[in-house]
Amino acid sequence: MTTRRELLALAALSTPLSRTFAQAGPIRIGEINSYSTIPQFTIPYRMGWQLAVEEANAAGGVLGRRIEVVSRDDAGKPEDAIRLATELVSNERVALLAGTFLSNVGLAVADFALRSKVLFVAAEPLTDALVWEKGNRYTFRLRPSTFMQSAMLVEEAAKLPAKRWAIIAPNYEYGQSAVTSFKALLKARRPDVEFVAEQWPALGKLEAASTVQAILAARPEAIFNVTFGADLPRLVREGNLRGLFPRVPVVSLLSGEPEYLDVLKDETPKGWIVTGYPWDQIATPEHAKFFNAYYKRYKDNPRLGSVVGYSTFTAIFEALKKAKSTDTEKMIAAMRGLAWTTPFGPVVFRRIDHQSTMGAFVGKLDVRDGRGTMVDWRYADGAKFLPTDAEVARRRPAEAQK
Amino acid sequence: MDLIFGQFVAGLSYGSTLFLISAGLTLIFGVTRVVNFAHGSLYMVGAYVASTITATLPSTPLGFFSGLLVAALAVALVGALIEVVVLRRIYAAPEIFQLLATFGLVLVVQDLVLIAWGPEERFAPRAPGLAGSVELFGAFIPEYTLFLIVVGPLVFALLAWLLRRTRWGVWIRASAQDRETAGALGINERVLFTSVFALGAFLAGLAGALQIPRETVNLQMDMGILVEAFVVVVVGGLGSVTGALWASIAIGLLHAFGTWWLPQSTLVLIFVVMAVVLVLRPHGLLGRPQAEASAKPPTHLPFVPLPTRAKWLWLAAFAVAALLPLVVGDYIVVIATEMAIASLLAASLHFAMGLGGIVSFGHAAFFGLGAYAVALAIRLADAPFALALVGGPIAAAAVALLVGVVVLRSAGVYAAMLTLAFAQILSSTAIQWVDITGGDNGVLGLWSSLPAALAGELGFYWLTLGVVAASLLALRRAAVAPFGFSLRATRDSALRAEALGIDVARVRWLAFAAGGLFAGLAGALHALQKGAVFPTALSIPVSVDALVMVLLGGLQTLSGPLVGALAYHGLSTELVRATDHWRLVLGLAIVALVVLFPGGIVGFLRRRFEGKSR
Repeated sequence: MTTRRELLALAALSTPLSRTFAQAGPIRIGEINSYSTIPQFTIPYRMGWQLAVEEANAAGGVLGRRIEVVSRDDAGKPEDAIRLATELVSNERVALLAGTFLSNVGLAVADFALRSKVLFVAAEPLTDALVWEKGNRYTFRLRPSTFMQSAMLVEEAAKLPAKRWAIIAPNYEYGQSAVTSFKALLKARRPDVEFVAEQWPALGKLEAASTVQAILAARPEAIFNVTFGADLPRLVREGNLRGLFPRVPVVSLLSGEPEYLDVLKDETPKGWIVTGYPWDQIATPEHAKFFNAYYKRYKDNPRLGSVVGYSTFTAIFEALKKAKSTDTEKMIAAMRGLAWTTPFGPVVFRRIDHQSTMGAFVGKLDVRDGRGTMVDWRYADGAKFLPTDAEVARRRPAEAQK
Repeated sequence: MDLIFGQFVAGLSYGSTLFLISAGLTLIFGVTRVVNFAHGSLYMVGAYVASTITATLPSTPLGFFSGLLVAALAVALVGALIEVVVLRRIYAAPEIFQLLATFGLVLVVQDLVLIAWGPEERFAPRAPGLAGSVELFGAFIPEYTLFLIVVGPLVFALLAWLLRRTRWGVWIRASAQDRETAGALGINERVLFTSVFALGAFLAGLAGALQIPRETVNLQMDMGILVEAFVVVVVGGLGSVTGALWASIAIGLLHAFGTWWLPQSTLVLIFVVMAVVLVLRPHGLLGRPQAEASAKPPTHLPFVPLPTRAKWLWLAAFAVAALLPLVVGDYIVVIATEMAIASLLAASLHFAMGLGGIVSFGHAAFFGLGAYAVALAIRLADAPFALALVGGPIAAAAVALLVGVVVLRSAGVYAAMLTLAFAQILSSTAIQWVDITGGDNGVLGLWSSLPAALAGELGFYWLTLGVVAASLLALRRAAVAPFGFSLRATRDSALRAEALGIDVARVRWLAFAAGGLFAGLAGALHALQKGAVFPTALSIPVSVDALVMVLLGGLQTLSGPLVGALAYHGLSTELVRATDHWRLVLGLAIVALVVLFPGGIVGFLRRRFEGKSR
């Protein structure tokens, strides 16, 4: 009898329970990135977040609900990203938006988030404006910004004896703001430096021969490089052939990321001081755990994008757990000051500007076994490479802090 | 001295590379009159195939360079295949319609290359035997750079021999000069076209293959090179291989010295050069005025007033569109708004292009101008929304009036490339004038200035629908008015039109400005709908999309751009959501549409329903 009564009780209990569960359904996350335009970066990124989602679902989901990601390709166009964001929010009923790589796409989605009052966790865009001048209360950004990465390099650049600096940067926003920050920060530390030459190749169209010639002509004692992607190997090979490298020391943004070193292989320019990700040498338990899971899943080593994709989504899951809800306001409250652990170690989303304190690895490039790698590296914690709070408050709109 | 010498060598090697890429393009255009958008794709395929083949062959000079040749031959085969399977079927279609097919191929090739080679960039080793550098006049010059400087002129010499000393070359030159007479004299056009296309593809493939010791092989290299190749071809004079050589060298040198003296100029330099050359010489350095459309002028029925039944149909369609939001969700409303804006953009291009024969590769200029005018009026001058919306198209039309004076001095593809140059100059202004335009980060937050009634998707949709419908009616009215008939007369025969007392230059100029006006209006609506403007509004893809929509719908009818815009925008937005391989599917769909309906969708429907009575 008791068993029967128990069963009845159980049934009585379980019916409403399972109903609420079914009503709640999965938590849907909208994801947008430039998959068709720059697959070399965005596909490792996608593999990263997919791993995070699989892990979360294998562990029973978040808040007892399965995670479902609806992913879209913005084709590299900010206008398309705005349309897709509308689609994800109004059609797919996603609880929040995440992703983006290109800065202008990130800003477009951030602007949409502000307009539609939806949470947006920007993964990869680097522009400073995303959290400062154009920052808003609905937008958070994970990856260390142009300013932060430039600041990390300035610390090393200031140690060089060089006084005559040359600059090579792609002719668009990323290049422009990296150069502005680098110049200002280096001048502050080393009033004796001067900038003797600048080259501004169009993105993806660096004409290496004439660029290297023009730089050589100015006889610089050091070079700050911001070019990347297809431009970087051209520059490196031409510079090697023309005796620019390794004679002149180079400080270079992002060039230590596996995305670039994989391409350069044995031509990786030794001695360049870079920000990057020495995936083969990081021994921390957080990284080992991530690395093993990633390798087991894909039989490939992670790229920087993989870490960013993975960390963006683990941050979202942590925020959901903290908020105990998918309500936008509650999620924002949870994201502000959210502390969690990434493969790079503990990271916080700052209250003051919604920038995460994720850092980058600063070191020198070297070649081992015909592959590019980083040596003499250290982890530069992002928290240490941000301007003062007063400066941030000056640059960020006041409404963004409400 | 060593510096000037170094830049000189750098410029020559860049010029040599440019020549290799553009030689094939100019040959193909000269003979077949095909504006081959897929030329960059052939170049990319050449580079990918070469990187794969050379990796398997022994790393000796012989192995490496024979690998490059094999790759170029493989691309020649691909080119021949494209010609036989696709292009051959549509030579009879109206002018520049083939462009649409080659655009479809660009999409197909992008996805196929991604599937075959994966997303990673590839960086081939240095060329065996030419891996080092030599010291000349105090500068280190890579051996491969010197090699490239030799290859360009060598290929030119071979081509010159082929064109001047062989029977096949005589055929090519004859056919390029006067296709019909050549045909009448018994030259087999089919074989000739296929072989020319294969040769052009070979040269593109060779150019791509020769790049692999200098730069990475990647998925973005096709579009990157295409525009530059077009600039060279146009500066040199369409169809002129010699012109392409001189243009390549001139641009190569200007680029080398220009980026040295004025490093910020990289974005526009090449376009400024093109604009200056075309203003001074409207047919490029060595181009000749094209024979007055040797092929048939498009048969184009005079417009007749719509039958009452059709008027009711249009009214019903408008009513359906207006009532649409009552039954569908926000997202469909957003798509419908975008479709309406796209229709207006397409119709504005069609007005000058379909009726006036004024092709534009830079229609984005006016679209973007309208968008930026609205954005800046709101941001900088705090203009009320209505004033900004009116100001956008007026600004675009005013600029179109100015630009039209320069552009319309040239004709055909030359004029089209001038509009492209203008659009690129505007685009680089938007990117570099950060204080005013915000640079790449664009102008954000425009939505906050919309009145409450228009801030939602619904209100804005109705506004757009009303504005677009009124604009399309106005364009139609102009097309069937005496002005429209004069415009068509100038297109079909400028000489006869002149003789009839039509002020040809003025009619074309006003048509160009009208196109600018309505493109600006579309841009203004676009800016307000998105709530933000980015330099992408001025970019080449916007111009290409506009062209594709017009061609897809069909040039010969007034409803063509509307149907083309709905079909293209609907297809591309839905495919992006449905599949990772949306470019492959979209590209194949476009190629299929082109082959099946060479008159465009509306042209096909019309023939279908009105019978072949004409």
